[in-house]
Amino acid sequence: MNAIVEQHLRSATISVLVENESGVLARVIGLFSGRGYNIDSLTVAPVEDDRRKSRITIVTSGTDLVIEQIKAQLDRLVPVYRVSDLSREGPHLARELALIKVIGAGDKRLEALRLADAFRARVIDATTESFVFELTGATDKLDAFLDLMRPLGLAEVSRTGVAAIARGTRTI
Amino acid sequence: MNAVNTTATSGAETLLRALKAQGVEVIFGYPGGAVLPIYDALFQQNAIRHILVRHEQAAVHAAEGYARSTGKVGVVLVTSGPGATNAVTGLVDALMDSIPIVCLTGQVPTHLIGNDAFQEADTTGITRQATKHNYLVKRSEDLARIVHEAFLVARTGRPGPVLVDLPKDILINPALYTEPATGGHRSYRPRTEPDPARIAEAVRMIKAAKRPVFYTGGGIINAGPQAAELLIEFAQLTGAPVTSTLMGLGAFPASNPAFLGMLGMHGTYEANLAMHGCDVMVNLGARFDDRVTGRLNAFAPGSKKIQVDIDPSNINKNIVVDVPIVGDAALALRALIDAWKRDTARQDRSALADWWRRIEVWRAKDSLKFTQSFKKGATIKPQHAIKRLWEMTREREAFITTEVGQHQMWAAQHYRFDKPNRWMTSGGLGTMGYGLPAAMGVQIAHPDALVIDIAGEASILMNIQEMGTLAQYRLPVKIFILNNEYMGMVRQWQELLHGGRYSESYSAALPDFVKLAESFHAVGLRASTIDELDGVIAAMIASDRPVIADIHVDPKENCFPMIPSGAAHNEMILGPEHESEAAGITDEGLVLV
Ligand SMILES: Cc1cc2nc3c(=O)[nH]c(=O)nc-3n(C[C@H](O)[C@H](O)[C@H](O)COP(=O)(O)OP(=O)(O)OC[C@H]3O[C@@H](n4cnc5c(N)ncnc54)[C@H](O)[C@@H]3O)c2cc1C
Ligand SMILES: Cc1ncc(C[n+]2csc(CCOP(=O)(O)OP(=O)(O)O)c2C)c(N)n1
Ligand SMILES: [Mg+2]
Repeated sequence: MNAIVEQHLRSATISVLVENESGVLARVIGLFSGRGYNIDSLTVAPVEDDRRKSRITIVTSGTDLVIEQIKAQLDRLVPVYRVSDLSREGPHLARELALIKVIGAGDKRLEALRLADAFRARVIDATTESFVFELTGATDKLDAFLDLMRPLGLAEVSRTGVAAIARGTRTI
Repeated sequence: MNAVNTTATSGAETLLRALKAQGVEVIFGYPGGAVLPIYDALFQQNAIRHILVRHEQAAVHAAEGYARSTGKVGVVLVTSGPGATNAVTGLVDALMDSIPIVCLTGQVPTHLIGNDAFQEADTTGITRQATKHNYLVKRSEDLARIVHEAFLVARTGRPGPVLVDLPKDILINPALYTEPATGGHRSYRPRTEPDPARIAEAVRMIKAAKRPVFYTGGGIINAGPQAAELLIEFAQLTGAPVTSTLMGLGAFPASNPAFLGMLGMHGTYEANLAMHGCDVMVNLGARFDDRVTGRLNAFAPGSKKIQVDIDPSNINKNIVVDVPIVGDAALALRALIDAWKRDTARQDRSALADWWRRIEVWRAKDSLKFTQSFKKGATIKPQHAIKRLWEMTREREAFITTEVGQHQMWAAQHYRFDKPNRWMTSGGLGTMGYGLPAAMGVQIAHPDALVIDIAGEASILMNIQEMGTLAQYRLPVKIFILNNEYMGMVRQWQELLHGGRYSESYSAALPDFVKLAESFHAVGLRASTIDELDGVIAAMIASDRPVIADIHVDPKENCFPMIPSGAAHNEMILGPEHESEAAGITDEGLVLV
């Protein structure tokens, strides 16, 4: 059997442990744009005391074959230590953080505050016409909250993208 | 650490010391402001020879020819800005064809980087996707380590070009020399040893095969001459037919009866039909390129596939395989041979004999056939010119390079290679202008060998300035031009796919190649008719100087067989010599290149 066996698209959360050297992020992003892979979100930060290693978490989507290609292509980059498809290698946790500005008055303002409470979003800034909420959670939870805020005066959003880690004792 | 290590020399001197430690004997380069400290250090030593090319692109191709014909890493040195940007085509060429290159580029001093300084270009940014890896040396203490690492990355795993960008202050300031690190790289550790379980599975599959075929590629050349010897041994053990990609030619001897010739777009009838009809395909160091597979959903339908490749990203990329084996081709072949001998299962030899009978029927079609008239004054057929070139040079164990076009394909079809590392061609990128500088690099590595660039009249003009380099270093490279007065490959596609509208493919206003040769202190020869051909070839190979042989060939000849883009292996178009089983070219095929 040839070529694409399964056309079915899936989402994948891929963690990449890299040497923290200049250009490494450009290499990863260049790989995705050069080969036409999707990036739904990407986060990066140093993760070791001596700042020598960084962890990049990429949420992407594609057929199984494409996701295998993405892993193999990432793995052959010289500064890459390890590549792990968290969405396939057992259960994992994925979280992102959003800062959400809602502008409004009256009932809408009260409703926004009530919903924020239900979602456990924290109010980290407030004026008489606005709130800034901080919300942490899985991507779909953030999406759901934003959908609710839209008619209530949603003005601006800043999201971090996903950080992810395997459950249990497994490490990258 | 010994005493010498504690006295820091200039960065340029430390660089040369690291190059020597890596076994570098030759650099192909071109000077400029940013690399003057390196040129100054080169001037004061004798261990490393510098070959001054006439264009930086040619420096990279020369290093490719040097590397491909020796198995060593080719080294390039160019200046910042335009020096680096001129080298980019060569780097991509080496990346596509898995050629180990280290390219040293000058850069403006570290404190000027990002200021749009004179001859500044963001070289690491520009070449990030053009190299296997690249480095910008920002601290003197990293210099020696990075240079050693560059060689390690270039030659191991899937080989490729590595660039080291060297700011001028790093070259001038003291930099401590350090020895290559032992114990390997921190993050880069390519796998070379194949998985024994997969090897056993592959052996079982090949033993049970009724219609096996070996599809071999450039990876066998990359794995070294030993891999080629093991390939012969394994083919003999299994009795399977062998076909090769363009890049793998020579790994398996063309004179071996088990060889079916090249496969793919311009491959032989028997090679492509064997691929189409096989039940077990054994891919050894080839990457299922689209020139080879044709239409993916019609590629070798019903076959089980085994693939040996050192680069996991080349497995299951275009074609899903049943038994992937990650590892070096030589180690994998060794393991396959051992496992084959241990395995007690019997092969179905009678099925294999039937398979060979079918192949012989295909072979009898003689798909590379052409008709050459020997009447006085008859036009030379390009295929015949290559055939005669091969017959008249086969005793000399020549090294052949090519440019890109029809002449390249005719060379692949009609020049027969019995050994690896004798054939240098630009396969993946298809870079016109590759052949002459590549031949230069081959000749530097093999001073006494016969080195021939089989060229087209259009391609040769792309790096013709290198005639100057040939003259300066007395490199007796032979340039054998199949002059059809057309960009023949373009003309052929226009004839077959674009209604014969020959848009911009005529080679107008050509130079007089004989006079051009003479003006560059070389010998110029010309053959216009069949009666002149052998004499010109004989004179060319007898000369101890560089030669341009301008061979005027039939301008209308097309290269067959041909599998149109987007067609299947069994939809091949044969030449006018055969009653044409015309294949339909699909709309999908039209957009392909
Ligand atoms: C005008 C034109 C026409 C062409 N027509 C044809 C044609 O008809 N037929 C054809 O075959 N090609 C043709 N080509 C060439 C084609 O474009 C590809 O370059 C070629 O098919 C690729 O060869 P390959 O598969 O052997 O791979 P290469 O590009 O040589 O790659 C080598 C493979 O081996 C692997 N490898 C490297 N080192 C090792 C090792 N030590 N051990 C194991 N694996 C290793 C690599 O990872 C890679 O997958 C044409 C090119 C041009 C310009
Ligand atoms: C640098 C570059 N530009 C354009 C092409 C596209 N191209 C492929 S073959 C060819 C014509 C080559 O003509 P010639 O060298 O005369 O060879 P022929 O096909 O006639 O043998 C062209 C333009 C290419 N391969 N490389
Ligand atoms: Mg031509």
